[in-house]
Amino acid sequence: MLLVFVVLLAAVAVVVAPLRRGRAERTTEREQTQRDDLEAAKEAKYLEIRDAEMDFRTGKLSEADYKALDRQLRSEAVEILSRIDELH
Amino acid sequence: MPTLGRACLILALVACAYGILASVYGARTGKRQWAESGRRAVYVVGGLLTISFGLLELAFLRSDFSFATVASHSSTSTPGFYKASAVWSSQEGSLLLWAWLLAMWSSLVLFLTRKRMRDVTPYATATLLVFGAFFCGLLVFAASPFHVLASPPAEGAGLNPLLRHPSMMIHPPMLYSGYTLFAVPFAFAVGALIARRVDAEWIRSTRRFALAAWFLLGVGILLGARWSYSELGWGGYWAWDPVENASLMPWLTGTAFLHSVMIQEKRGMLRIWNVSLVLATGVLAVLGTFLVRSGILESIHAFGASTLGKPFVAFIALLTVVSIALVVSRRDMLRSENRLDSLLSREAAFLLNNLVLVGLCFVVFWGTFFPLISEAVTGTKASVGPPWFNRYTVPLALMLVLLSGIGPAIAWRRATVANVRRNFVVPLVCAAVCAVVLLPLGVGESPLSLLMFAFGTFVVASIGQELVRGIGARRAMAHETVPVAAVQLVRRNRRRWGGYTIHIGMAVLFIGIAASSAFQHVRDASLVPGQTTRIDGYDVEYVRATGRIADDPDGTGAFMSLGAVLNVSKDGKRVGTLRPARNYYPGNRTQGTVGQFVLGEATSEVGLKAGATRDFWVAVQPNPDWLAGVINRANKVPERAAPVALQLIAARYAENPPPATFRLLASPLVTWIWLGGLIVIGGALIALWPAPDLARRRATASLRARVAQDLGQA
Repeated sequence: MLLVFVVLLAAVAVVVAPLRRGRAERTTEREQTQRDDLEAAKEAKYLEIRDAEMDFRTGKLSEADYKALDRQLRSEAVEILSRIDELH
Repeated sequence: MPTLGRACLILALVACAYGILASVYGARTGKRQWAESGRRAVYVVGGLLTISFGLLELAFLRSDFSFATVASHSSTSTPGFYKASAVWSSQEGSLLLWAWLLAMWSSLVLFLTRKRMRDVTPYATATLLVFGAFFCGLLVFAASPFHVLASPPAEGAGLNPLLRHPSMMIHPPMLYSGYTLFAVPFAFAVGALIARRVDAEWIRSTRRFALAAWFLLGVGILLGARWSYSELGWGGYWAWDPVENASLMPWLTGTAFLHSVMIQEKRGMLRIWNVSLVLATGVLAVLGTFLVRSGILESIHAFGASTLGKPFVAFIALLTVVSIALVVSRRDMLRSENRLDSLLSREAAFLLNNLVLVGLCFVVFWGTFFPLISEAVTGTKASVGPPWFNRYTVPLALMLVLLSGIGPAIAWRRATVANVRRNFVVPLVCAAVCAVVLLPLGVGESPLSLLMFAFGTFVVASIGQELVRGIGARRAMAHETVPVAAVQLVRRNRRRWGGYTIHIGMAVLFIGIAASSAFQHVRDASLVPGQTTRIDGYDVEYVRATGRIADDPDGTGAFMSLGAVLNVSKDGKRVGTLRPARNYYPGNRTQGTVGQFVLGEATSEVGLKAGATRDFWVAVQPNPDWLAGVINRANKVPERAAPVALQLIAARYAENPPPATFRLLASPLVTWIWLGGLIVIGGALIALWPAPDLARRRATASLRARVAQDLGQA
């Protein structure tokens, strides 16, 4: 019975801990979240750019399509980088 | 111990309920601390179920028969190795394993995504906890693993001997890991739809988990096939059994999803399709568990038929209704950004691949549930067998293999004639050469198999060509040596090359299936030592009989093992030796003083000589009338003399056996199935391996230059 009580206390302690935190910590956390989301988006965009280049070089994208796609993807990457910089 | 286990399950159910409320409240009000508290509730559920599962494992390992489930599914004579896996042979233990794995995978995923998609994750958390609450509810109210017997028996019933196989240690946890991990993309899709964030971000965040689910479910299916081949005594690896089908269905829709998400990521298309696929996969994963656990359909897996049907049906109905309602209510947001430019494009090939996969899933679903459908319509339960499944699945599988060669080579958006010629001439020539070479070898007797061989060659050639061109492109760009270029090529896009490796593995696997199905030779023969039978040009001689007591070679805990030694030769040249046996396990006291030790379940330990081009497989069935007769006579001795009596029976069988019935199979290329499976596993690991972390790299140049710089670094 004592063990059950100990387990119950531990469970409650873990669950309620975030409810006792301050607002300032939460604001920093929110910014960090946005930064992580943008970093992930940046990585995904870079992968798309490399993918397009490999598709072009192995004959799966015409030159015209590749140039247009590369231009578009790079401008989207620039947009993501600016948003990351705004957070710094 | 049972009190603590039961208390942990009740606390887990309470934690699920609290977590659902806290997560939804946190998401609706924007109060992050509540969402965070909800996420922590998942960790707590994980911890509590770990304690419960650990306690149950301990009870099985200690043969604590005060637990009803231990008494009915284990025994002191069950080998320790199998006592550990006996936990999930029981209904209650199996449900606890499901809930535990769900909680552990959910905890891992929510921890890894704790700083991502803050608007979606609380709803995803709540959805995962709804799954958790359902299974914890079953464990608390309907199938408690901690039910205690008032008067514990001195000995348990023992683990079903069919489950005493090494792959049964891993097969169920793998399947359940696949099922439970598919709940993750399901939950994130629900979260994205509720939060109205239907861009590709939720897919990016959960794609790796969907791939892991697909991988684990695939490994589980493969292990199940291997178990069927080497344990069930009928010589096949796939029987279109309802429970096998149940695991195949989410795997098929999951495969479709993993392909079609690429179209959404690249072209912003197929959003409704993707979200529907992932929701269907989540529902099918629960349906798979339902089929195993409800006993609603007759199955070789009917180890745990029970009355849990109604809650499962209600839960599946709830998931289906919510999924459909969410997709319908968000249909305007899910419109495609682009249209299909040409039917001759990679997008079209992916779409066709998806239709084939979903078509396969539909065929499997229809065939699996046909007994219920026919009963509902005609009042009579009718079922369909392997020929029905093969009629529809073989052409679809052929198309799938062909598409897995076309997809990697065809151009995005619109393929030109020049592009098609450049990318497909070599693979087509290779496929044609393969067909021409195989025709005189008799493969043409089965045109569909010949097609599968040709298509498989097409896939390997198409991907080989891609690899050569990719290496060439890297060498031109970075002036690397061939090995370095090959490694860099794969390293820089593990997802693509992992996928291509999987395609090769699947082609090899399908070639193995085609060859072993179409060109298998089967012979049933009744032999006495010294006699020989012939199969597929090979002579098989029954050299001698064997008899063992409490000493079966595979350590399954069989009390008596009666077998045979067979020599396989061709033109007088010895090819190998096969040692099949029939294992006999303890029954109950009503079967007599001697019979109680050997008249329980009996299983076949097959003799297998596996090779790169051909497997020899044999199962033996000692004459049951002879055995019943000698046991009947031996039952006159007192119980303390039973071991000696059994020793004498085994020795008599080895010296002067009655005719035994043998089933002999000679199957070409079965090893290719397992080899293909291993290649698929390798490919999945390549795709799952984490990409190099560029997030921490900092560039100081202008933004445009930074993009170029970052791209040049990886």
